[in-house]
Amino acid sequence: MSEYLLRAVDIVKTFTGVKALQGVSLDIKPGEIHCLAGENGCGKSTLIKVISGVYQPDSGYIEFDGHKYTSITPRESIAMGIQVIYQDFSIFPNLSVMENLAFNTELAAGHKLVNKKRMRQIAEEALAKINFEVELDRLVGTLSVAEKQMVAICRALMFNAKLIIMDEPTTALTKKEVAALFEIILKLKAQGIAILFVSHKLNEVFEISERFTIFRSGQLIATGNTSDLDDRKFTYYMTGREFENVKFKPAFEAEKPVLEVKNLTVPGAFEDVSFELKPGQILGITGLLDSGRTELSLALFGLRKVTGGDILVKGKKVSIQSPRDAITAGIGLVPEDRLSEGLFLPQPISENIVISEIDQLSNALGVVDRKARREEVEKWVSELAIATPNPENACSTLSGGNQQRIVLAKWLACKPDVLILNGPTVGVDIGSKHDIHAILQRLANQGMAVIIISDDLPEVLENCSDLLVMRAGKIVARLDPATADEALVLHHMM
Amino acid sequence: MKSLRKTTGRVEFYIGLVFVALCLLIQFRSGQFFTSNNIVDILSAMVVPGIFAIGEFMVIVSGGFDVSFPALASLSAYATTKLFLDMNYEGGVLLPLLVAIAIGAVLGALNGLFIGYFELPAMIVTLGTSSVFKGFMQGTLNSKQLAVIPQGMRNFGTSALFVAKNANSGLTSRMPLTFICFIVVLIVAWFILSCTMFGRGIYAVGGNPISAHRAGFNVKRTRFFLFVFVGMISALAGMCRTCMMQQMHPTNMLGMEMNIIAGVVLGGTAVVGGSGTLLGCMLGTALIVVVENSMILIGIPTVWKDFFVGALIIIGTGISAMRVATANKPGARRLRKEGSR
Amino acid sequence: MNTLQSIYRKDRHIARLVIMMILWLVFMAITRFSKFYSIANFQTIAGKFPEFGLMSLGAMLCMITGGIDLSSVGIANMTSILMALYMRYRAANGAAISGVVIAEVFLIAAAIGFAAGALNGILISKIHIPPILATLGVNQLLTGIALVVTNGKAVSDIPTAFSSAINQKLWKVVPGKRGTMTGLIPVQLLFFIAAAVFVWFLLSRTSYGKKLYLMGTSENVARFSGLKVSRMLIVTYALSGMLAALGGMIMLANYNSARSDYGSVYTLQCILIVVLGGVSPTGGKGKISGVVLSIILLSLLEAGINRFPQISSYYITLIWGAVLLLVMVLNYFVDHPIARKKS
Repeated sequence: MSEYLLRAVDIVKTFTGVKALQGVSLDIKPGEIHCLAGENGCGKSTLIKVISGVYQPDSGYIEFDGHKYTSITPRESIAMGIQVIYQDFSIFPNLSVMENLAFNTELAAGHKLVNKKRMRQIAEEALAKINFEVELDRLVGTLSVAEKQMVAICRALMFNAKLIIMDEPTTALTKKEVAALFEIILKLKAQGIAILFVSHKLNEVFEISERFTIFRSGQLIATGNTSDLDDRKFTYYMTGREFENVKFKPAFEAEKPVLEVKNLTVPGAFEDVSFELKPGQILGITGLLDSGRTELSLALFGLRKVTGGDILVKGKKVSIQSPRDAITAGIGLVPEDRLSEGLFLPQPISENIVISEIDQLSNALGVVDRKARREEVEKWVSELAIATPNPENACSTLSGGNQQRIVLAKWLACKPDVLILNGPTVGVDIGSKHDIHAILQRLANQGMAVIIISDDLPEVLENCSDLLVMRAGKIVARLDPATADEALVLHHMM
Repeated sequence: MKSLRKTTGRVEFYIGLVFVALCLLIQFRSGQFFTSNNIVDILSAMVVPGIFAIGEFMVIVSGGFDVSFPALASLSAYATTKLFLDMNYEGGVLLPLLVAIAIGAVLGALNGLFIGYFELPAMIVTLGTSSVFKGFMQGTLNSKQLAVIPQGMRNFGTSALFVAKNANSGLTSRMPLTFICFIVVLIVAWFILSCTMFGRGIYAVGGNPISAHRAGFNVKRTRFFLFVFVGMISALAGMCRTCMMQQMHPTNMLGMEMNIIAGVVLGGTAVVGGSGTLLGCMLGTALIVVVENSMILIGIPTVWKDFFVGALIIIGTGISAMRVATANKPGARRLRKEGSR
Repeated sequence: MNTLQSIYRKDRHIARLVIMMILWLVFMAITRFSKFYSIANFQTIAGKFPEFGLMSLGAMLCMITGGIDLSSVGIANMTSILMALYMRYRAANGAAISGVVIAEVFLIAAAIGFAAGALNGILISKIHIPPILATLGVNQLLTGIALVVTNGKAVSDIPTAFSSAINQKLWKVVPGKRGTMTGLIPVQLLFFIAAAVFVWFLLSRTSYGKKLYLMGTSENVARFSGLKVSRMLIVTYALSGMLAALGGMIMLANYNSARSDYGSVYTLQCILIVVLGGVSPTGGKGKISGVVLSIILLSLLEAGINRFPQISSYYITLIWGAVLLLVMVLNYFVDHPIARKKS
């Protein structure tokens, strides 16, 4: 038996002329935790699909357990012991936990009739593998994200898996849930199962993996032991650029606050939240996923019904019932989920940029001033350096970082006094992340008041002038980012 | 968390409640609802819409809409009746039924081909095929009203399982043999949906077609055979209707699709696919059938029928939509999530 | 040639509709030139299609939002019945129906249609009933009202002034009998052109149109972008209702009577036209040019087939369905080359 469980060698895959993979290789040892990292569009997902048999490579081969294959079908891949846990978990929200767990096995066995007893047994065995407890008759749609992931993991384990591929498994998990997931991964490793962990989050790579492989634009850039890797190398491998991190210092101190929040309460989400924000400030708000941080941003933007407390803009009390009210009051929100909240993905870039200010670009009859619209689009495309040959192209043609710039442009075009960003760099590659931070710092220095809501601690510590920590719906700490460190923030968060 | 599961279970409960209330109202106003002959009348009026509703239910669960079944049923039943008339067929009903079902299967396969294998949206495809079926029947087959139907079919339509007599009014109602067809289809559909992997596959495809594919369901084949099955039972319903009416009226069934869809959705079937129960589907259909048939009992002229069915659709779906909307309010969802931990 | 190619590339769907139409026109030219290519024939076509053409324009707006409007026919019939009764009332004392009254009738009809459509919009946006059911229910409800008002009978005896005003042909350049000149352009067509230009203007020049397409792509993102989603939906369905009511008025003029079940085939026909015109049933995509083309294409097909007396006119529905399926399968094969390879 060879040293490696899986070897993907010189894999080339081309899509209608575009080389997605230009001869990459990946080696995984039995029972190791291997991290595959790279920016969006680097070819990570394509390689996973080649390994799991969804795509056939143009050239190159795969060796698994000492056998050589030039191409595999999905069925063969499963039979060999390869399981993929996709980002969306591939589950059926409308069916019970039992059915979700047992379908694959039942179908693989070619059963035509439903045997509840047998399915229940299969499901119970699956849950037992990682000692996960959940009612078998519950609909999966009613489970939390972490529980859904556990269901997906249990299902993957049923096929005597030797290699489990997890595609960005931590994206929607809280810190606690990530910790629980890592425990499971270690447990699996102890059972001799190799894990290919796909991620672009630096801290996760360091925390969990033994070896790593980094891709950039369809090429293998580096592979080796994680212990040999450090921050700077990681960033360099990922982006091919070196970054100088600039700690934000407010350029001026304004007298009057532009936004005052007093005893704001949304039942079930947060209560009694108060803070104030001056022009030129960047306020960080951090907390766990269930701390109420997202709901706070939604409440300030008129998307949650507030039952108590006041919001004052420029000293005047405002009533914010809808996003339109918020925009009128001078508040913009870059939402958490770019794809379902921020962008009209199949629509042109230009439309996405001007949509929120389209009424200002139209006359009293609602007729759009096309010249003004075009100028506005051109202005923002160049100002935020959105990399596109034609602003009439669909947003879906752009990378995550550029897409986030479009969302940013949409709000800047409304000229808000207060810009709230919820997870401004989630799913954004490191290069763009850096650029977006620079843009935010510049905006603040030009006099905008910015709120960054994020659980990316280095991000808030570096870019904010003040930091609030939320826990279980309350503000539990006000910290000075200049003196606070990650450990202190974490201590307040947990 | 349990409350949520109860709520999903409650759709049938609510619709059942409304149904019972309506029955009681009619009974209270007329004293005629819970009489043996009226109940038999309603059950026999359920046969055709009931079978159609089962087919539509399965399609909606799989994540689509079928608007072609009235045209499909008309075409199959017309072609069969005409064929056996021309043959001067004198045998039993079994052969015509089988021929009609076979035609229905072929027409359903056409739907299935476009929807399953070409992955086109079901609603649009069935809109197109419904037009094709109708055109084929009226153009190519040059359909006209057939005042006589073969003897075997006539016997099938007129013979009764039993006859119910209202002791007070002396009115009698026959329970037609076709009711057995309805019951058989109901049982077969129940068996397919809850006891076969194909049936669970329909739910799986309706819930998430990509996941279904990854789990190992053959999504294309599932959709294909679903439409074949729906074609078969729709053709059967068309034959039941023809036999019961003792004549073949080619355009008589056209336009039924909307009320059938309404009944199925009233019964709690999610329009986005993936969830719903046969029980709810039957209750929703029964509700519409009762409104259509029993208004006369409480002295409301039949011209009001459409008005009340329309009002029923709006109020019925409105109530369930409002309930879903409140249940999905972000605040409520959060609280539930916390409760579940 | 290059420009032709670039036009084809820019919008294959519309190009395909144009090609089909040209082929059909050529076919008719070869087989039935004199019967098909007559002014009277085109006038008949142009007088008829605005009935469902107007409804289709409304159905298109609703489909761009990602919804569907199945209530057009119900709205059209209820409005035309009410207006027929209104005109009978106005003419009760032998009073003549003047142009002012006709204008008044159209305004009231538009208002009724607008209100009925707004009801759809409210049910959809405020009560969250799926569009297919809300409009279905409203259709049934309005048809029900129409039935109750008329007892299921046709309302006729309408002052002829209305019908003849709408049925006349303007621009007297066509030589008629005994040296007189008759008109060229049917008034019905003018209504359709006006409505089509109005909708085109709305969609491509106004902020409403821009918002409509984006909202159809994602209602949630629209909400986060500060669009008033509920109001947009209500206005859109109301516009659709208004266009349907105008279609009903054309029907009233063409038949010179109104009944609760006129034009019931139009419900699905409008959806078919809109989809054939390239509007995506999932919303966010679709052009007025495609829909207008598809309306005209189907009218020409129908009129052409009617020139072959030996072919049953019922074949028209067959051809409609076949054209729809054909276009969709063509789109599938051209736009999904990978899928083709797989299957």
